[in-house]
Amino acid sequence: MDNTNTDTRPAGAQPGAGRPRTAATRKGAGGKDALASLLKLRELPVITALVLLVAITYLNNPLFLSPQGVKDLLLNATIMMILAAGQAVVIITRNVDLSVGSILGLVAFGTGSIFAAAPGMPIALVLLIGIAFGAVLGSVNGLLVTLAKVPALVITLGTLYVYRGLNNVWAGGTQYFAGDRPAEFGALSVDTFLGIPLITLLAIAVVAAVAIYMAGTRPGRDLYAIGSEPDAAKLFGLPVSKRVFLAFLANGALAGLAGVLYASRFNSVGATTGTGMELDVVAAAVVGGVAIFGGSGSVVGAAIGAMLLTTITSSLTALRVDKFWQQAIVGVLILAAIVIDRVASLRSAKKLRISEARNV
Amino acid sequence: MQTDPDLQGQPPVALSLAHAAKTFGPVVALADGTIEIREGEIHALMGENGAGKSTLVKILAGLHQPDSGDFRIAGEPVSFRNVAESKAAGVSVIYQEPTLFPDLTVAENIFVGRQPKGRLGLISQGEMRRQAAALFGQLGVAIDPGRVAEGLSIADQQIIEIAKAISLDAKVLIMDEPTAALSGVEVDRLFAVARGLRDQGTGIMFISHRFEEVFALCDRITVMRDGKYVSTHVTEDVSVDRIVREMVGRDIAELFPKEAAEIGAPVLSVRGLSRAGVFRDINLEVRAGEIVALAGLVGAGRTEVARAVFGIDPYDSGEVLFGGKPLKGGSPQAAIAAGMGFVPEDRRKQGLVMDLSVARNVTLTLRKRFARAGLINGRAELRAAEEWSRRLQVKAGSPEHAVSTLSGGNQQKVVLAKWLATEPRFLIIDEPTRGIDVGTKSEVHRLISDLAGRGIAILMISSELPEVLGMADRVLVMREGRISAELSREEASPESVMHAATVAAATN
Repeated sequence: MDNTNTDTRPAGAQPGAGRPRTAATRKGAGGKDALASLLKLRELPVITALVLLVAITYLNNPLFLSPQGVKDLLLNATIMMILAAGQAVVIITRNVDLSVGSILGLVAFGTGSIFAAAPGMPIALVLLIGIAFGAVLGSVNGLLVTLAKVPALVITLGTLYVYRGLNNVWAGGTQYFAGDRPAEFGALSVDTFLGIPLITLLAIAVVAAVAIYMAGTRPGRDLYAIGSEPDAAKLFGLPVSKRVFLAFLANGALAGLAGVLYASRFNSVGATTGTGMELDVVAAAVVGGVAIFGGSGSVVGAAIGAMLLTTITSSLTALRVDKFWQQAIVGVLILAAIVIDRVASLRSAKKLRISEARNV
Repeated sequence: MQTDPDLQGQPPVALSLAHAAKTFGPVVALADGTIEIREGEIHALMGENGAGKSTLVKILAGLHQPDSGDFRIAGEPVSFRNVAESKAAGVSVIYQEPTLFPDLTVAENIFVGRQPKGRLGLISQGEMRRQAAALFGQLGVAIDPGRVAEGLSIADQQIIEIAKAISLDAKVLIMDEPTAALSGVEVDRLFAVARGLRDQGTGIMFISHRFEEVFALCDRITVMRDGKYVSTHVTEDVSVDRIVREMVGRDIAELFPKEAAEIGAPVLSVRGLSRAGVFRDINLEVRAGEIVALAGLVGAGRTEVARAVFGIDPYDSGEVLFGGKPLKGGSPQAAIAAGMGFVPEDRRKQGLVMDLSVARNVTLTLRKRFARAGLINGRAELRAAEEWSRRLQVKAGSPEHAVSTLSGGNQQKVVLAKWLATEPRFLIIDEPTRGIDVGTKSEVHRLISDLAGRGIAILMISSELPEVLGMADRVLVMREGRISAELSREEASPESVMHAATVAAATN
């Protein structure tokens, strides 16, 4: 039966006849609360899964955490982490951006083209150009979503193909290889600082900056409010369209950054670069505890989710498990994340109904 | 209690609205909206469903802009273009069902968009929670500012809205039926909070249908009827009976005559039907050819009973007998197969598929009959649709036009046609004429009367007294989830129905 039906209208009160309601809201403060709030942390499942995965793999194959092994793990996770952080920003507003794989592809190929045409171009400038290019592509998504009032799922499914088509037309059969690019550019993905690759450090800094923005600024918190209850956000007078537009723009910029780094990390860029990445990115965010209907989750969780998904592949290789299992495992993780989310919200819906069921 | 309004030295007027009017197309939602709220008073606004209270509140909140009238805050003329402007002027509205952000913490819900900042210009969660806790302390309630809003009771959500209003420095607080969903303890707490705010000089407007609450809490009472201001009284000087008379007092004589029909055997019997937290111990019977009205205030549980009888919602105990046989609960399919029909209140959402043609909508409930090998015979469908549309005088350009192009009254006829095509023995009609212009209203009434004349048993839910009194052979009045009175056609009067709908049995 439909127990989650929330439109039941409790028929109210006779003064003095009601019994005190369940005091779920009145728990005392203290250590129990700290533990309880840790257990409620949306990132906890993904962190636990990552730690378990790394621990089990390490126990079976100590080489997994050798300096080179760690470096490989981080390198593999870097680009996905940036994409997942951007996607989290969009999903938190109750939207989604499926075009990020295509944006990454366009920017990566653009980066290759720039270096092919002007090999001496400063790397910092190329990074800025890539970010700006991504931001433009993202703002197209943002404009379409906020102006056309069509669900972002459909809009960005459209731009996924449009951007990929542009990439095909632009690149044709052309591919640029690492040899076409300056050695210092490739070195970003090879050199390390304290054992951590430079592009990973960059990614961590970016994720941290986005996380601080989302958690600690009014516009960042507005994004959560908008995703949590869009109607209330409008009623409250929050600038919903502006914020959502900027979320898409920021996500595009991050995908642009990821595109430049992709060109540094991988040997070849061409017409198909980044194809299919969008679903991995959404999966990373969801596994990382970002609610697909917006309003909760964090950028850090999404980044850890990205790390978990890329680590699974390496783990299975290290454990000599057929790598074809990887996709099935990712699928199970997504379902687990959604089940955890659903159970939590069913529990609070039930609490609500009980606390409302009164003297009728 | 407030001083007499005629004496000198009375507190200044915080908000006044005079002769405000608002129309939506041909519908006059508010003809003369007039109210005056002083600082430090609790002022009740009373009136039947549809008296124009909600429209008046929406004007004060900045959601609607009045077509005419004089609106002043602290003596200064104002015209709000949106909610933000009314908030900035110090008007805050607490709705019956507040709209919070479920994923955000309680503290953040209060301070969204203006969170206190700490070091580095970042939001200080600690400071925000301290300020929220201070507000709750001021209100004398205990809510954890750090928990998320999801799962909070309606009562706590309202307190959060009040805390938000205080932090916005509201001069006027409007509470739109805040107690409708509260238990007794919660009502007491809300009243304590309201009195505290009044004593600090806030002007409060309180909308409620419950006389005992209004008389316990409010200093003055303004009554509205049919979109018009009727009167304002000092609570001490007025009786419940007088207010009831002013709320309903109008001519209802021969507006909606039901033709006499032969009353046959019972078609539907409901015995002891209960659903925890929604309705309790409902007994009713509807006979062939009879129109039984289910009257009461919005939120009394009428629609919920109908939905449970029809099987849309489950019930906890009791039974539904249809034609003498028990009907399986929780299954609209079983109800339809037995010969029931349900015309819902919200045509647009539940009764019609707006983008489909009139013909498709009419035949939606009996597609199997027109299907051969799983494919629908379009011509047979069209014929049936034309037949029913003609009999109900649906004014549509063509049966193939989309339903969304029709007027409200004609849409309602399509819904009726849809159910009549299934040849039901029993129809539940929820608010048959809501949002329908006066001309078409009587056509819908004639139709319903005609159906009863053909021996169909009808359970009609209606919030409009004239409709109830004009159409029903018997009136069942619901109040707070129970049937509080059963009145014959002769016994039913505006006063007796309103009394049963609003006044607790103990004081009856």
